[in-house]
Amino acid sequence: MSDKGYILKEADLHPLSIGAALLGTGGGGNPYIGFLRAREVFRQGATVPVIPLEVLTQDDWVGEVGGIGAPVVSAEKFEQGDEGTRALAAVESELGIEVAAMISGEIGGANAMEPVITAAKLGIGIVDGDGMGRAFPEVQMCTFFIYGGGVAPAAIADEKGNVVVYKHVIDMFWLERMARHTTVDMGATAMLALPPMRGDFVQKTAVPATVTQAVHIGRTVLKARKARKNVVETVVEETGAKLFFTGKITDIRRHLVGGFARGEAILSGLGDWAGSEAKIAIQNENLVLWVDGVPVLMVPDLIVNLELDTGEPLTTEVLRYGQRLAVIGLPAHDLLKTEKALEIIGPKAFGYPDLTYNPLEGKAK
Amino acid sequence: MIRIGIDVGGTNTDAVVMDGTTVIAGVKAATTGDVMTGVVNALKAVLEASKMEASAIDVVMIGTTHFTNAVVQRRDLAKTAAVRLGLPATASLPPMVDWPEDLKVAIGGVGYLAHGGNEFDGRVISPIDEAELLGIAEDIKSKGINTIAITSVFSPVTNDFEKQAGEIFAKALPGVHITLSSDIGRIGLLERENAAIMNACLRDLSKHVIEAFRKAITETGIKGRFYLTQNDGTLMDAEFAEKFPVLTFASGPTNSMRGAAFLSGVADAIVVDIGGTTSDVGSLHKGFPRQATVAVEVGGVRTNFRMPDVFSIGLGGGSHVVETGGAIKVGPTSVGYRIVTEALIFGGTTLTTSDVVVASGRYDLGDKSKVAHLTPDFIARTQARIMSMLEDCVERSRLSPDPLPVIVVGGGSILVDGPIGGLEVIKPNHFAVANAVGAAIAQVSGEVDRVYALAEIGRDQALADAKERATEAAVAAGALRSSIEIVDVEDVPLAYLPGNATRVRVKAVGELHVG
Repeated sequence: MSDKGYILKEADLHPLSIGAALLGTGGGGNPYIGFLRAREVFRQGATVPVIPLEVLTQDDWVGEVGGIGAPVVSAEKFEQGDEGTRALAAVESELGIEVAAMISGEIGGANAMEPVITAAKLGIGIVDGDGMGRAFPEVQMCTFFIYGGGVAPAAIADEKGNVVVYKHVIDMFWLERMARHTTVDMGATAMLALPPMRGDFVQKTAVPATVTQAVHIGRTVLKARKARKNVVETVVEETGAKLFFTGKITDIRRHLVGGFARGEAILSGLGDWAGSEAKIAIQNENLVLWVDGVPVLMVPDLIVNLELDTGEPLTTEVLRYGQRLAVIGLPAHDLLKTEKALEIIGPKAFGYPDLTYNPLEGKAK
Repeated sequence: MIRIGIDVGGTNTDAVVMDGTTVIAGVKAATTGDVMTGVVNALKAVLEASKMEASAIDVVMIGTTHFTNAVVQRRDLAKTAAVRLGLPATASLPPMVDWPEDLKVAIGGVGYLAHGGNEFDGRVISPIDEAELLGIAEDIKSKGINTIAITSVFSPVTNDFEKQAGEIFAKALPGVHITLSSDIGRIGLLERENAAIMNACLRDLSKHVIEAFRKAITETGIKGRFYLTQNDGTLMDAEFAEKFPVLTFASGPTNSMRGAAFLSGVADAIVVDIGGTTSDVGSLHKGFPRQATVAVEVGGVRTNFRMPDVFSIGLGGGSHVVETGGAIKVGPTSVGYRIVTEALIFGGTTLTTSDVVVASGRYDLGDKSKVAHLTPDFIARTQARIMSMLEDCVERSRLSPDPLPVIVVGGGSILVDGPIGGLEVIKPNHFAVANAVGAAIAQVSGEVDRVYALAEIGRDQALADAKERATEAAVAAGALRSSIEIVDVEDVPLAYLPGNATRVRVKAVGELHVG
C-alpha cells in the first residue's frame, strides 16, 4: 500500500477512546478496557499506520474483528489478548489469504479499539473508516452488510484457545444467533472475526475517515478540558456537531424488550431552550429527539448526550433524573441515508412508522 | 446505650456523646499530626461537656479520613504484591495497569498472574495450580514483601479460589497479611482488584492507627468497645477495620449525611453540608446516602466502592464576596480556617459570606459594627447569589420531582435563609457536629452482588437467596438479627445473555449488637 495516511501512536489512543465513546451515541459499550489493552500493546513498541480508503486496491484484503458478549462480563473477565488474532487467523486460513489491514465494524464505543489491537499485534495498518460511523445495536446494521458483504466464513475465539469457524451461513441473522449462543458457552465474552473484504469493496461501502474523526473529537475534548474551556461549546465549534437542546432530565422510563434496553428520557429546557420540552427515544443508542413535540433529529443521524458542565458523553444506561444535558447532533454519512440503508437503520426500522427520515444538515441554530 | 461518635477530619476532630437517641454534648478539637493526641483531646472535652464518667461509655464509633489521605498523599504505604487468578483470561492487562506511576512506585508495583478464576455462572476458567502459587510465594518472599492482595475472576460469584490461594500463601509465608478482593468489592475486576491492592498496602498503617485509637480510648478511661465507620455509613469493629482499612474511604460525607438524617428525623431528603470553604450536597434515601453509579477515583485509582454521590461547590462560611462590574461573586476562594482572624467581623480585612449574614442581622457573631457599612441592596444581592448557588446544586441532587425537604448542616449553615428552590429547609440542633453524630448512630450491614440465571431458579427465589445471604453477612458483621432490614434491592437484567441472567444486589442493615 502507499505512504499516504499517518501513524497512530500511543498518545492517540486516549483521544480515540473518548471520540469513540461520543460517536457511540449513548451505546456501543465502554471503550475503557479496550483503550488500556491497546495501550499495553503500543507500550511494547507497536505503532499502527492509518490507511485512507482511497489507497485500498482490489488486491488488498481487509479484516474485521469485534468483541461480542455481555458488557458487564467483559468488565470482569477481560481478554487474554490474542482472541482477535486467533479468530482472524481462522477466517484467513479458511480463505487461504492474509489480510493487509484491519477495519472496525462499529467506530462508536468499545469496538473502535479491537481492530487497532489486532493490527498492532500483526504489524499491519487500520483503515480510516468503519461500517457505521456511530453505534447500532445489531451487527447487520452495518454498511458492509447493507451493501452486500458476505457473512461467511466467520470465526469466534475465546481466551482459552477455542475457535469456532462458521463456514456456511445463510444470512447475518443466523450468524448473530449462532455466535451469541457460542459466546455464552465461552463465558459470555469472545472475539468475532467477520469475513475479510476486498479493498475495493471497503472503499465503496465504508464510512470514511471515522478513525480520524474520533481522534479529532477526543483531542478537542481533552484540549478544552485542559484549558478549562466549555467542552460542549468547543465540541460544537470544532467538530461539526450542532447543538439541538440543553435541558434537565425530568423523567426517565426504561423497559427491556427482546434483550434490548428501550426507553425514553424527558427533558425540560435550560438556557436558550428554557420553557421548551424535549423527548429522547432510546434503544441501547439514542434514536430520536423531539423538541416541543417536533422530531428534530433521528436515526441514522447521530444524537449525543453530553453532560452539560463536563462535556462527558453519557451512555443511555447512566441517564437519570436531574442530569443536565446538552444534546448535540452530527450528520450521518450519505451511505447511511440511501433508501436501502434507511430500511434497516432509519426511524421506521426502529419502530417509528410515522417518522420519515429528515436529515440533519442545516437545521440547527 | 451511651455512645461517643468521633469524626477525625483533616482540620477538626469532632466528638459527641449520645444517650440512646439524645445528643448530650458535642465538641470540636483540632486534628493533630499524630491523630492520637487530637482524639484524646476531643474525648476529654466531650466527656467534660457531657458531665459523664468515662466508665459510663458503652461504645465509641470513629470516622476517619486518615487512610484516604495516606493514599492521596502517598505516605506510610507498605510494599505490596498483587496476585490475580484467572489465566488464561485477563492476561492482556496486568494488575495496577491503570495506576498513576508514583503510587505504583510507592507500593513496589509487583503483580503476578496465575491460573484460577470462574465464569459468570460459576464454571471454572482453569483450576488453581498450587506449584505455580508456591513459586510466586517464593518470589514474594525474596522481595521482602509481607502483604498480598488476591483477586480471582468472578470471585463475587464464588470466592473458593481466593480462599484456597490465601491458605496456600498463609502457609508458605507465615505472618503475611492477606486481602481477598471478594471481601471488599463487587463485579468489575480492575476496580475490585485496585481496591484490594490499596487495602493490602494500608495494612501496616492500619495496625498502627487502630492501635493509636485504642490507646487514646484507654487513656481516657473508656472501657467500651470501639468501631470504625465505613463508606456506606455502617460499622466495622476495630479488629475488622484493621484488616479492611480501605473500607473507611469516603466515610466523612456519609457520616455527615447520616447525622443530618438522624438529627432532623427525616429519612428522605437532600442534605447540604456547608463548611468553611465548600458545600457538599447529596441525597438521602431511607436514611442512607444515595451512592454514585460511576467509577470513583481515589488518589487517581479507579475503584467501585460504594461511595455517596456527593456534589461539591466552592461555597462556605469563609467564602470571599467580591463585587465586579455590578455582579456579586461568591467563592470559590475562601479564608478557610483563618476566618477567625481574616473576616471583617473578627477584625480582619476580607469580606466573607459570614460578614454579610451578620450584616443582615440574621445571626450574631463577632463585631457587628465592622459590617455596618454594607448596604441593604448589597446584602440582598449577596444573599440571592448564595441561595441561587445552593438551589443549583440541590436541583442536581434531586432524584425525582417529589418535593423533598433540604437538611442543612455544618458550621456554615448560617448562610441559608429561607427555602432553597421552593423546598422546605430544616436546620436541626447540633448541626455543626452532624458528622460525629453520623458516626455515633452508625449501624451494621451486609451486602451481596451476584449474577443469577432466572431461567433456572426464578426471580422470587433468586431475590430470597440474595436477601438471605445479605442478612447472614450483616449478622456476621455484628448486627442484631431481630433488627435487620433489607434497605436496598436492585436487579438488573444483563443484556445479550440468555437464561435471563440477572445481576442482583441486596443490602441488609441492622442495629449494632452490644454485649
